[in-house]
Amino acid sequence: MLNPKVLMFGWEFPPFKSGGLGTACHDLVKGLASFDTKVTFVMPSNLKKDVSFVDLVGVDVNAVESSLSAYAQPGDCPDSVYGFDLFGEVERYAERSVDIAKKFDFDVIHAHDWMTYKAGILAKKISGKPLVVHLHATEFDRTANNPHPHVEFLEMQGLQQADLIITNSFFSKNNILLHYDVSPDKIKVVHWGIDQDNPAYSLNFSSELSKQNRIVLFLGRLTIQKGGDYFLQAAKKVLEFEENVKFVVAGSGVMMHQLISQAHNLKIDDHVIFTGALKGEDVHKAFQMSDVFVMPSVSEPFGLVALESLINKAPLIISRQSGAGEVIKNCFKVDFWDINKMANYIVGVLRYPALKRELKRNGFKEVLAHDIYKPAKAVLDIYHEVLGWES
Amino acid sequence: MYFQVHQPFRIRKGFSIFDIGKSQDYFDDKKNKDILSKVAEKCYLPANNVLLDALNSFEGFKVAFSITGTALEQFRDSSPEVLRSFKALANTGRVEFLAETYHHSLAFLFDKEEFRQQVADHLRIIKEFFGQKPRVFRNTELIYSDDLAKEVSKLGFKAVLAEGADKVLGQRSPNFVYDAKGSGVKLLLKNYRLSDDIAFRFGDRNWQGWPLTARKFAEWIKNSEGDFVNLFLDYETFGEHQWADTGIFDFLKSLPAELKNAGLEFFHPSDLIKFGSKVSLSVPELVSWADTERDVSAWLGNDLQKSAAAQLYRIKGAVLRSDDAQLIDSWRRLTTSDHFYYMCTKWFNDGDVHKYFNPYDTPYEGYVAFMNVLNDIVHRLKRRNFLGSGKFTAKVLKKNKSSVKRKRGA
Repeated sequence: MLNPKVLMFGWEFPPFKSGGLGTACHDLVKGLASFDTKVTFVMPSNLKKDVSFVDLVGVDVNAVESSLSAYAQPGDCPDSVYGFDLFGEVERYAERSVDIAKKFDFDVIHAHDWMTYKAGILAKKISGKPLVVHLHATEFDRTANNPHPHVEFLEMQGLQQADLIITNSFFSKNNILLHYDVSPDKIKVVHWGIDQDNPAYSLNFSSELSKQNRIVLFLGRLTIQKGGDYFLQAAKKVLEFEENVKFVVAGSGVMMHQLISQAHNLKIDDHVIFTGALKGEDVHKAFQMSDVFVMPSVSEPFGLVALESLINKAPLIISRQSGAGEVIKNCFKVDFWDINKMANYIVGVLRYPALKRELKRNGFKEVLAHDIYKPAKAVLDIYHEVLGWES
Repeated sequence: MYFQVHQPFRIRKGFSIFDIGKSQDYFDDKKNKDILSKVAEKCYLPANNVLLDALNSFEGFKVAFSITGTALEQFRDSSPEVLRSFKALANTGRVEFLAETYHHSLAFLFDKEEFRQQVADHLRIIKEFFGQKPRVFRNTELIYSDDLAKEVSKLGFKAVLAEGADKVLGQRSPNFVYDAKGSGVKLLLKNYRLSDDIAFRFGDRNWQGWPLTARKFAEWIKNSEGDFVNLFLDYETFGEHQWADTGIFDFLKSLPAELKNAGLEFFHPSDLIKFGSKVSLSVPELVSWADTERDVSAWLGNDLQKSAAAQLYRIKGAVLRSDDAQLIDSWRRLTTSDHFYYMCTKWFNDGDVHKYFNPYDTPYEGYVAFMNVLNDIVHRLKRRNFLGSGKFTAKVLKKNKSSVKRKRGA
């Protein structure tokens, strides 16, 4: 079988990442490589990094004298890949894609999320090759329906100019159809999987904190999309029933100050620990030391952390407003706003060892079926479809 | 032919930790009523009509029922026409009622005394509603072992029903009476092939036996070896598991005449004893009629089920000491095996038959709702000093935080 050569535009690639998008791109490219598909991955950083299974191409998106601006926003982590002048970077990234499209040999263009859509559209124009846009989250997901008009505009252009659209769940597909005028036939759903070989999964980590307390974990960006505020409200309820519980909030973002004040106002600040953003091994350690992980996202196209939780054997409670819930069964599902139900299930897992054991055991077994090769194969089939090639 | 009729008292799904100590509204009356009226309309009433016609038209036609106490209670309270139609069947004098545990429970596996009490309760309601004294026993989901036979013998029953599972029979046929080893009662075994042809395969167009006519089925029975064929079926097979449009009611309607034409005779379970037994069967391990495993793993296969059942039976003494009829009744309703079935994870990932019967989205939700109700009962018992503190983890909303500060890590 002849496989297409792919020109891929992304914004994150580990270790240059802020969230699930980087992991998703890494895993997709790794999965595609296993099917002998050559990917040229373009990202907005003049990095020097050798990755065996992909050609990484860094483009310099810095304006002549800007780069320190990335640190300017309070609450964001210093290594954020989303700088202060993000729109400027997006424009410069797109401009540079013209040269790249001329220089490299490829059959299909694949662009991840709104930051790269303009680059994808320009590359399509220059090369005449089909464009697949991948939507990991809409602007409406990220902002709880208060979109930035410019982001919405860029997102809309990408979706409309794309020959095919890939998104991570039916939940997300419905969201796209709700907010943008695109044909449902153009949208393909590819549920996400998780890289199964990572030595960090078997660290069996525990800490003094987890030896003396039960740990309830939140892990994600501290933004309105991820529902950290609902997590704290549920924490307040749980503490009416259970002692020796610590609520760990792992992540950073614009809502951090708000959440810290919320914990204080709820008078639970002695039970809440803010860790800031975790990276690499620490993410897995956090799951491993937790009794239960809660993903209360307000709107979550997929939620890769749900799979990370299961593979690290942390019982899982996820919001019904998430794509991961379409493929994962061995967990609790609640509406993000239903803090009573959330608290009910958190207490259940903390209180009943049998429940925790069964969730761990069955969740782990289940997540092993969701590897990175299944979605990569599905994406490959979509390339074939858009090219009109036999697969 | 024996039909099983059962309806549990389903727990209110939303019974949460916030209800513990505050609400005793454990059971979802509305849902239980809705399900009952749906099943009555699709199955009980039309199937009873067919059987009543057959009983009136064929003198030799006989059937047997086992109807649980929890089902009879619900008929009495929310569907009296169903109860009337069962009584009409009983009045023909050719319907035999079997004995079982009133609450369709797993009590035999946990507490023999409670088992005997629930059997006595069931005998009482069968006597009251149908004027009969059952002589044959069937345990919940046909759960059976040598120990059950011994227990049932002590209670005065002449015969007991069990699954004619391959692991029980080996190469033998289920179509004979067997002695239940070491007990003195007779063993009547389900012919699962022919029973399942009706229960599971009747509407399956990919099955080589499809379409199954009463004439064809009568032929199969006639060609079977042995003294008789035991068809043990969930009554909901008719109209609920096999929908009316599969032709299941026409099948049921034609069956008595076709069997008679084939020269076959109908028996009540208690009639079969007269055939006498040649061989004694020993069944040391538990068998049931569920799943391919034919064991108890559908109810007690995982840690959720084992822990919930253990905690339920552990408080029995205190429950009975409370002498609170309403509390005792609630506790007994929790012994119904369905609650444990809802917690089964065995087939959860394949989502087959278990899912069909399950009011919960996941076994985990079933467990949490059950445990919340159980913990409310524990709380009530503690409050009235029928249970000491410490042994159970139930805690309720603190009214006065300072007064209940406990030692950390205790």
